[in-house]
Amino acid sequence: MSKICIVFDRLRSEEKLLQKEAAGLGHDTSMLDAKITSINTDSKKTDFDFGDVVLERCISYFRGLHFTSCLEFLDVPVINEFDVANNCGNKMFMSLLLKKHNIPTPKTYFSFSKDGATENINKVGFPLVIKPVIGSWGRGVMPIKDKDTLDAMIEIRELTDGPYDRIYYLQELINRPPRDIRIISVDGKAIAAMYRKSDGGFKTNIALGAEPELCEITNEMEDLVANTSKAMGGGILGVDLMEDEKRGLLVHEVNNTVEFKGLVKVAKNNIPKEMVEFAINSVRK
Amino acid sequence: MNCSECDANLNIPDDASVGEIVSCPDCGADFEISKKEGSNVELKQAESVGEDWGE
Repeated sequence: MSKICIVFDRLRSEEKLLQKEAAGLGHDTSMLDAKITSINTDSKKTDFDFGDVVLERCISYFRGLHFTSCLEFLDVPVINEFDVANNCGNKMFMSLLLKKHNIPTPKTYFSFSKDGATENINKVGFPLVIKPVIGSWGRGVMPIKDKDTLDAMIEIRELTDGPYDRIYYLQELINRPPRDIRIISVDGKAIAAMYRKSDGGFKTNIALGAEPELCEITNEMEDLVANTSKAMGGGILGVDLMEDEKRGLLVHEVNNTVEFKGLVKVAKNNIPKEMVEFAINSVRK
Repeated sequence: MNCSECDANLNIPDDASVGEIVSCPDCGADFEISKKEGSNVELKQAESVGEDWGE
């Protein structure tokens, strides 16, 4: 029997399912709220109830990333590792890694000021999709189809002027059916997949109300997921694919603390159980 | 237990855990369960959705 610690900052159904499956497998579990946990440079692993392995499940990306850094400082095995979280948490880093590993992905353009973005778009032409480099659930993702929309988007970024507002991540608009595919990867193995259908809009995020529908995992998907996992550094991932009319499957996003409340409704595999087993086995090796 | 915003009755399920969010059925305010010992439950105002929230 092992002990698994689930680090969270908002207890969602996913974390409760992980706790339930860990208990069902006979493992002890501890639930640790990152918001009320403090660590210092003299801290020791034994000061905390981290068990044998930690599943980092914070809903706040930066909180989870920095907490993971502390865990690795304390030599606590954590899933996902800091490098994986860092690679997936920033869309620009993620796109560069995908391309570097020859994984089919939408063509993406990067600029580092409003002038650079304007010049880039004028060169490439409309339409393009702009995405914030940090962020989830489709927030801030919008198609840029004309100059008026471009000017409005740039004006908003000039007003908010956060550090990431100066990083422009612009992606080709993919001709595809009104859906995408979410595959959950555990240690490079595709364990479950679903179509996420939009309700007529541009976005297909479950968090925005897209309907989950089971997707059969093909050999091509298995290979894509295995290669994507290797590129990001392994662990537990949510790999998002689009079906391009000409090029076929493209990986457009990889998620670090993957949500699965939509997919558990339709999946054949027991997703949280596979995640827990992987976490435990990773420290037994 | 009542909502600190509008005084409506908050229905907290018996199996709710620390860290879970309870929403007021009347005004929609979100509260996080900060302590739970038997029927003794303490709530605090939940964090609002952050720019970096998600997967």
